[in-house]
Amino acid sequence: MGARETWRKFVNVFMFSLTGLCAFTAVGFLFFILGYLLWNGGRALNWAFLTHLPTPVGEAGGGMANAIVGSAKLLLLASLVGIPPGFLGGVYLGEFGGKTFSFLVRYTTDLLNGVPSIVVGIFAYTIVVLPLRHFSTLAGGLALGVMMIPIAVRSTEESLRTVPQTLREGALALGASKWKTVATVVVPAAGRGIVTGFVLDLARVAGETAPLLFTAFSNRFWSPGWNQPTASLPVMVFTYAISPYEDWHRQAWAAGLVLLLLVLVTNIAARLLVSGRMSVPQV
Amino acid sequence: MASLPITVERAGLQRRALNFLCRLRGGDEVAHLITLLAAASILLVTLLLVYELYGNSSLPRQKFGWAFLAGRTWDPVKENFGALPFIYGTVVSSALGLLIAVPLGVGAAIFLAELAPPRISNALTFVIELLAAVPSVIYGLLGIFVLVPLLRTVVQPFLKTTLGFLPLFQGPMFGVGMLAGGVVLAIMIIPFIISISREVLLAVPVEQREAALAVGATRWEATWRVVVPFARAGILASVFLALARALGETMAVTMVIGNDPRISASLFAPGYSIAAVIANEFAEATSDMHLQVLIELGLVLFFLTIVINGLARLVILSTTGRGTAH
Amino acid sequence: MTATSNAVTVLKATEESPSLGRGATPRAQLDFKLRVAGLNFYYGAKQALYDIGLQILVHRITALIGPSGCGKTTFLRTLNRMYETVPRARAEGAVLLDDEDVLAMDVVSLRRRVGMVFQKSNPFPKSIFDNVAYGLKVNGTRRKGALAEAVERSLRRAALWDEVKGQLHKSAYALSGGQQQRLCIARALAVDPEVLLLDEPCSALDPIATAKIEELLFDLKETCTIIIVTHNMQQAARVANDTGFFLLGRLIEFNRTEMIFKTPARRETEDYITGRFG
Repeated sequence: MGARETWRKFVNVFMFSLTGLCAFTAVGFLFFILGYLLWNGGRALNWAFLTHLPTPVGEAGGGMANAIVGSAKLLLLASLVGIPPGFLGGVYLGEFGGKTFSFLVRYTTDLLNGVPSIVVGIFAYTIVVLPLRHFSTLAGGLALGVMMIPIAVRSTEESLRTVPQTLREGALALGASKWKTVATVVVPAAGRGIVTGFVLDLARVAGETAPLLFTAFSNRFWSPGWNQPTASLPVMVFTYAISPYEDWHRQAWAAGLVLLLLVLVTNIAARLLVSGRMSVPQV
Repeated sequence: MASLPITVERAGLQRRALNFLCRLRGGDEVAHLITLLAAASILLVTLLLVYELYGNSSLPRQKFGWAFLAGRTWDPVKENFGALPFIYGTVVSSALGLLIAVPLGVGAAIFLAELAPPRISNALTFVIELLAAVPSVIYGLLGIFVLVPLLRTVVQPFLKTTLGFLPLFQGPMFGVGMLAGGVVLAIMIIPFIISISREVLLAVPVEQREAALAVGATRWEATWRVVVPFARAGILASVFLALARALGETMAVTMVIGNDPRISASLFAPGYSIAAVIANEFAEATSDMHLQVLIELGLVLFFLTIVINGLARLVILSTTGRGTAH
Repeated sequence: MTATSNAVTVLKATEESPSLGRGATPRAQLDFKLRVAGLNFYYGAKQALYDIGLQILVHRITALIGPSGCGKTTFLRTLNRMYETVPRARAEGAVLLDDEDVLAMDVVSLRRRVGMVFQKSNPFPKSIFDNVAYGLKVNGTRRKGALAEAVERSLRRAALWDEVKGQLHKSAYALSGGQQQRLCIARALAVDPEVLLLDEPCSALDPIATAKIEELLFDLKETCTIIIVTHNMQQAARVANDTGFFLLGRLIEFNRTEMIFKTPARRETEDYITGRFG
């Protein structure tokens, strides 16, 4: 009797310790990633990196200014492509939707969300690159934009859902039409959640590499306009990392650090903002 | 009672017509239409995606048919293509990733849901969920420069000496290969398993735990034998969702899997995944056939992820009837 | 069904429905603000109101009492067609606002003329000023001067001006519960409604806040017609000129308040008043 008891107690402590180990290992991964990048990337990150163009292959030095600008342009285009249908679609689902059509839209949105990013890249390739016969920022922006849509829809719909019905009724009772109620009361009330959702969405696609590999492709120089291939931070990280040049490896770390910091800071800020205060206090 | 001077003439149908006209004038119907069109555009985009994928893979579909899925050669010069090595690589690396991530993830979720005090649990979960935000290419970067050397110099020799009798751990040790792919995927999908499993475990009614403890079970026994089984549908769903993500992961896998389209029993051998070959060869495809083969591979991947996601959804649906919260 | 379309039927229904009964002096027709006849209300297939008929007099406070689920709130919400937010709700019958068919008129203009204050105060997440000005802005008023005047006027009518006059830019959520409800009243008053509907407006408030609101209702009825749904019989007795008793979707009795409470004509009314059920 006593031995069995002791054994069970031992198992209790042992197994829970094991689970604790699992949890701290998972946490440790993040700190390891961040730390390693800070160490290696920090050493390579300098003003030249941020402002210079890449030097010819094999030469040391140079920077990734064109990649930074390229990523910015791609994200701008992605927002233009992804946010309007995402936002309006979310408003439809949250405020106007009919039963069957809404189900269909939600199902399809979830489907689109599950499409691997490289497949979305193929789609953008067939739609833009094939007809134009060359890579372009446009194609890359389209790919990233399509990836943004499902999350934009979901975050808009869920944010609208948090607005209490009584707020809508208050506006309607004053003689506001439905669309005015939605536009002037409901959406502003849900505003913080909606914007946060978009920002997180943008941060997610900022780090996407696969869909850009054959849409925006890459460019060792500036990419004026929207119709030429462009460098981007994630693609540069990839290209430089798999190259045989030490100096490029060094720059890959720096680019990786910039990318990681961008993504992590955005995520942390957005999550804290949403969990901290809500627009409409839950009375 | 004095009589009413007016007549109430409008019947129900007329009232509804009048109301519709008022709504139209007020702009409600227009707003409804605009948002509906936006929602419809999402349907359109998805349909177009499938259509383009299907339409642009007609060459290989005609030439190889279903045999494409079983073919093992990959010869762009002779235009002889087979998808099996890539399907194999995708499935095996993902399975390996799950094998590593599920025990680790569920274990961590148990700790966070059952043992850790709420504030610590929330803080740790917040950090773990940030892992999901790390871009794939960063995982790949660390994969190349940290994981692969580690595998090559420490882990693989160790496995070879201890478990080398298994065909899984034989052959030359490059560091890159199926094992590296699996490990990297594991780290990438852990946050999903932890996040969802933790929520599901937290949702198990307190009464279940208390009932087990009341009959003298230890905390661990109550957790392992009562709470976890109660939540198992949700945990299973999280596994499916993690699998779906692993199947589609491109960059990190491309950078560490070795990029060799062969099927090998050993985890040390290099391999290839569907996403990886598309990433590597698409931009420089040598012929229309080559390009369309890659697109067909994209279609295969697409269906794989749909099926897995569908299974996950089925699992979730089957639980909401049972009262297992999710 | 037939009551919807026929003037004669409406007349008949009016004559048969409970109306101001014994002891009331005959009223000229022009004193009626709202007239309801043969009103039936359905949520999908389920009927919630049966053949309601009554007349609401202008510049008076009418209270609607009855146990939970008796339909008094459902009835109130047909008067400004708030039920239209519920998918399968429909109303049939005659509801007239000054001889206009409420169920057929433009709902936006209806709601300007018939305002509503809800059970739980629901100020918008905007400033105090923007809350009160909302109805005006939505209905077309843009001039800053006109808005400011209207906001002050409404806040005075709601007995809130003195408490907030220096802080109109502050968030409405900074106010106390009672103040928020008075803000909602001011917001409803800003568009100068002819009728004000109040759905148990004091149920979430303490006695002092309740007393403040009851007091301002007395002042308001000079310029407005007030209909208040209340769970609290003492409140009905305190504020209302006329009272209607609802039970299970029917209007059982409708009379001057003192008649209802002192000499109810129906046994159900008496049972409710004396607390035999609640």
